[in-house]
Amino acid sequence: MRKPRILGALCAITSLGIAHAQTAEVDHAKADAEFAKFRAEMEDSNPAELFELKGEELWKVKRGPKSVSLAESCDLGLGVGKVEGAYVQMPRYFADANAVMDAERRIVWCMVEKQGFKFADIAKKPFQGANDTNPPEITSLVTFVAGHSRNMKFAVPLKDPKVKEIWEIGKEITNYRAGPYDFSCNTCHGSDGKRIRMQNLPNIGTHEGAVKGVMGWPGYRMTGGVMLTHQWRMNDCFRQQRFPEPKYASDTVTALLTYMTANANGAVYKGPGIKR
Amino acid sequence: MTKKIILAALAAPCLAASLPVQADAAYRGKAIETIKRDFQPRGQADLDRLAEDGLQTICNRTGNNPPEYIAKRLEADQMAAVKYPADGKLMGDWKKGEKLAQSGRGFTWSDKPGLPVGGNCYNCHQISPKETAFGTVGPTLLHFGKLRGNTPETQKYVYSKIFNAKAHNVCSDMPRFGHVDALKPEQIKDLVALLLDPESPVNK
Repeated sequence: MRKPRILGALCAITSLGIAHAQTAEVDHAKADAEFAKFRAEMEDSNPAELFELKGEELWKVKRGPKSVSLAESCDLGLGVGKVEGAYVQMPRYFADANAVMDAERRIVWCMVEKQGFKFADIAKKPFQGANDTNPPEITSLVTFVAGHSRNMKFAVPLKDPKVKEIWEIGKEITNYRAGPYDFSCNTCHGSDGKRIRMQNLPNIGTHEGAVKGVMGWPGYRMTGGVMLTHQWRMNDCFRQQRFPEPKYASDTVTALLTYMTANANGAVYKGPGIKR
Repeated sequence: MTKKIILAALAAPCLAASLPVQADAAYRGKAIETIKRDFQPRGQADLDRLAEDGLQTICNRTGNNPPEYIAKRLEADQMAAVKYPADGKLMGDWKKGEKLAQSGRGFTWSDKPGLPVGGNCYNCHQISPKETAFGTVGPTLLHFGKLRGNTPETQKYVYSKIFNAKAHNVCSDMPRFGHVDALKPEQIKDLVALLLDPESPVNK
């Protein structure tokens, strides 16, 4: 049942895309509405759910050189093993690591510190490529954790001065213009109502824009049929900014996710989603 | 003589200190430290791309809004470095220009290194009425030549704007395509034609 529905949906989205390119600008809003409708229809067979299930297994099973499970060792900020509501309350400060961490970075930290995996092995291929059959394990784990914050409000603990400082640094990173084309994050994401080609650009400095920026991650991307995290989205933005590549699970990416997610505080997270 | 040198040495930091600093200096410093630590080269994108040039520094430090006397000076510096084609002709082939305007390729770590690269024009601008998938980061350029004519002054304006947008507006969002050697004079001429040639669909 799941497969034909996804295929049908793919056809719908493909023809939507073609119509999109041929029609005038006025149809842009209509196409957006169509996609929103399609996304809603997909909700009961969201491919992201497959990876939530995979992630749940990975969370519970004893793994790694130390043969422990994340469920019995990993604290996402609300107590060891507690995943309910953890995603919408990250990034947050973790005293054991003395660092502010977003969800993905925190899970990686647990895999390294608690389970004994090597960071370099995880960082070698952290995101699913177009030719990969499956996303890396870390993506499924993030999707599982994110799924357990579905329908909860974003609540990044910005009152914590350590989190606030990273938020400020994230804000400054969005201002930083450099590289051959003088681009910063804000060249595209610093004002309202802009587009690149037909792609709407959320203004991540505003609450409304930040909500658009964080919603739907981690997400199943129709283009290429891959499951990707919000960390990946930051990585690909820097590519398009003509910057070199941010190191995996680095402070720069955490700072941007802190800035954007905290700006979305109060909005209800809809869970792992579907992206074009 | 000595006095002059001392004065000059004093003047530079004074100039920087007198800038209205919108960016919180402490956090900006930490942001730069963080960025310097956190990147790795990939493909053609080396770490030298993380460094600001003088103009980028001024724009970054002032929220893209430096005081007018600094903006004017920087714009003049950028304008002085604009190179015009040897043959003196500023209008090329609008059809080639249209093709170039369509392409957004170039300079990312996943692009093939080297030239030619795309003009990226439709990413941000409405240009020909036939292309409806256009961006809105920059202003519409539809009927650009129809509205302004194509006098030598207008041609020179458009050429220099594409060569280096910062020569006209110091913290413009638009890249400096000629200044950074992304587009060659022949290519810029073709883009000038796309905007100004009466035969170009832009002006129909």
